[in-house]
Amino acid sequence: MTTPVVQARGIVKRYGHVTAIDHSDFELRAGEVLAVIGDNGAGKSSIVKAICGATIPDEGEILIEGKPVKFSSPIEARDMGIEIVYQNLALSPALSIADNMFTGREIRKKGWMGKILRMLDKPAMEKFARDKLTELGLMTVQSIKQPVETLSGGQRQGVAVARAAAFASKFIIMDEPTAALGVKESRKVLELIQDVRARGIPIILISHNMPHVFEVADRIHIHRLGKRLCTIDPKDYTMSDAVAFMTGAKEPPAQDAA
Amino acid sequence: MSDTTTPASKGQDFEQTLDQSDTQVASFETDQHTVLERIQHLLHNNPTLVPVIVLVISLIAFGLIAGGKFFSAFNLSLILQQVSIIGILAAAQSLIIITAGIDLSVAAIMVLMSVVMGNLAVFAGVPSGLAILVGLAGGVGAGVMNGWFITRIKLPPFITTLGTWSIFYALLLWLSGAQSIRGQDIDTNAPFLKFFGAAFNIGGARITLSALLMIVVFIVLWFMLNKTAWGRHVYAIGDDKEAADLSGIRTDRTLLSVYGLAGFVCALGGWASIGRVGSISPQSFYEGNLDSITAVVIGGISLFGGRGSIMGALFGALIVGVFRSGLRLSGVDVLWQVFAIGWLIIIAVAIDQWIRRVSA
Ligand SMILES: Nc1ncnc2c1ncn2[C@@H]1O[C@H](COP(=O)(O)OP(=O)(O)O)[C@@H](O)[C@H]1O
Ligand SMILES: [Mg+2]
Repeated sequence: MTTPVVQARGIVKRYGHVTAIDHSDFELRAGEVLAVIGDNGAGKSSIVKAICGATIPDEGEILIEGKPVKFSSPIEARDMGIEIVYQNLALSPALSIADNMFTGREIRKKGWMGKILRMLDKPAMEKFARDKLTELGLMTVQSIKQPVETLSGGQRQGVAVARAAAFASKFIIMDEPTAALGVKESRKVLELIQDVRARGIPIILISHNMPHVFEVADRIHIHRLGKRLCTIDPKDYTMSDAVAFMTGAKEPPAQDAA
Repeated sequence: MSDTTTPASKGQDFEQTLDQSDTQVASFETDQHTVLERIQHLLHNNPTLVPVIVLVISLIAFGLIAGGKFFSAFNLSLILQQVSIIGILAAAQSLIIITAGIDLSVAAIMVLMSVVMGNLAVFAGVPSGLAILVGLAGGVGAGVMNGWFITRIKLPPFITTLGTWSIFYALLLWLSGAQSIRGQDIDTNAPFLKFFGAAFNIGGARITLSALLMIVVFIVLWFMLNKTAWGRHVYAIGDDKEAADLSGIRTDRTLLSVYGLAGFVCALGGWASIGRVGSISPQSFYEGNLDSITAVVIGGISLFGGRGSIMGALFGALIVGVFRSGLRLSGVDVLWQVFAIGWLIIIAVAIDQWIRRVSA
C-alpha cells in the first residue's frame, strides 16, 4: 500500500478543561474522499484544524506523506498545498470576492509597478476569481468586486469552496461545506468534490448529511467523544448503521482499519 | 450578517445553521428596496460620500453666510494650512483605526520627535538632516513599541496607547525641560527643521509645504491601503482578525508594521509642525490625539475597523477646519465651534452604525 497522505497518531487538544481531541488517530489515503461524521462537539472541526495548522495540538504526531510535520500556522500547511474550507468560512466580510479568494497570496503586477510599488494586479485576480466561480457554477453574483457580506449564505460558501479548490495541490479539507447551501448549490459542491478527486487530490469531508456522505465517500471516519471510533466502508454499511455507531446506539465493528 | 460567518458559531447546531441560512436567502430575495435602503447601500459601498457631501454643503453654507471673506483663495488655503498637522496625525490614526485599534499617543509621538529633532539639531550641533532621521526613526520605534505591547503582550490598543501617551508626554517634558525652542534659535542653528514652513503663492492662495506634505501622505497611504496586498491585509485584520489569521495573513506582523508606519507618519508630522508653528513647544498639540480621532470619525472610518477610506479622514480634517474658519468669520463665539464639532462626531458615528446594519 502507498503511504497515506495524512497519518496522525495520538492527537490531543485541550481547551481549558474541555478535551476537544482525546488521543485520536486519523488517516487520509491517496486519491480518496474521506468523510468524517460525528455528533456536534465530537471534535471533528478540532482534529482537522490540528491537521492543517489552524490549531496546534498538545500531543501527538502528524505525518504528511510519511514525513512528520509540526505546523505553527495555517500558512505553513497552505504552502504545502493543503487547503481548508472552515466551518465559519474565514472570509473577510467587507472585502471583495476577488480579494477574499487571494488573501495571503495576491498577484502583483508585472514589472516595476509590482516590484517597486508592490501594486496588485486586480484585473488578473478578478478574472481568475470569476473563472473559478463560473467553473463551479456559482457565478450568480452581480460583480466579483462586491463585498462578501452582500452575498447570501450559499454564495459565501461558494467563494470559500472555490478558493480551496483553486489552490489545493495536496489535499482539501471541507468542514460542513453544504451546511448552508440549498439543494442545487449542494449538488455543485458534490460535483466539485468528485472533480477534485478525479484530479487525484484527496478530500476530507466533514458532513452531517448522510446521503451526501454515502454518495461521495470512499471511506467514513466516525468520530465520537474526541476520538476516532472506527472507519467504515460505505458499501458495507447502511446510513442507519453509521448513525448508530456515531451516536453510540450500536457497538462499532471490531477492526484494524477499514 | 449571519451567524455562519462569525467566530462565535463554534460547535453550533447544524440544523440551526441550516434554518438561519434558509431564512436569510428567502429574505434576500423578497427584499423591497426602499429609497432609504438604497441610500444605505450606496453609503455602504462608498463610505466617503458622507464626509464629501458634508464638506461641500458646509463650504457652500459658510460661503453664503460669511461671503467673500470665507470663499477667498487666501482663506481656503489658510484652512488647508491650519489643518495640515492634525491632518497628518489623522492619516496615522486612520491606519490604526482601520485595524480596529485606536491610538491615543499619536500627538505625543509627534511632539516628542519634534523635541528630539530640535534638541539634536539646535543644541547638540548634530546636522539637521541627521537629527531629522533620528526623529523619524524614533517615531517608528515609538509606534513599534505600541504595536509590540498590542501583538505580543496582547494588551488592548486603547490601554496600551493611553499608557504610552503618558510615557511619551513625560519624556518630552523631560527632554525639553518644559521649555520651548525659540524660532530664532532654530533659524540660526538648524533652519532645515523649518523646511515645511516654506510656502509659495498661486493666485492669491498661499500653499505651505506642510499642506502639500499632508496631501502627499494621504495619497501614498491611500495607495498602500488600496493597491497593495499589505493594505488588503490591514483591512482584513480590522474586519475580522480571526478570519484573517485563518486565511493566511500574518496578522501580528502586519499589525506591527501598521503601528510602526503610524509612528513614522507622526514623526513626519513632528518635523512639519516645526515649520508650521515656527518653534518647538512641548505644550503644543496637547489635544492632537482627540482631534485626530475626530477627523477620522467625521471622515466616515468605522471605529469598529475594516471599513472606510483613509481619504475620509482628510475630508474629516478639512470639515473641522472649514467649520472653525467659517464660524469664526461669521462672528460666532468659539464655544459654538466646539459645540458644532461635537454634534458632527455624534452624527458621523450614528451614520456609521446605520450603514453597518446594511447586511444584517
Ligand atoms: N477555540 C475553542 N475554545 C474552547 N473550546 C473549543 C474551541 N474549539 C472547540 N472547542 C470545544 O471542543 C469541542 C469539540 O468542538 P468541535 O471540534 O468544534 O466539534 P465538532 O466540529 O465535531 O462539532 C466542543 O466541546 C467545543 O466546545
Ligand atoms: Mg464542527
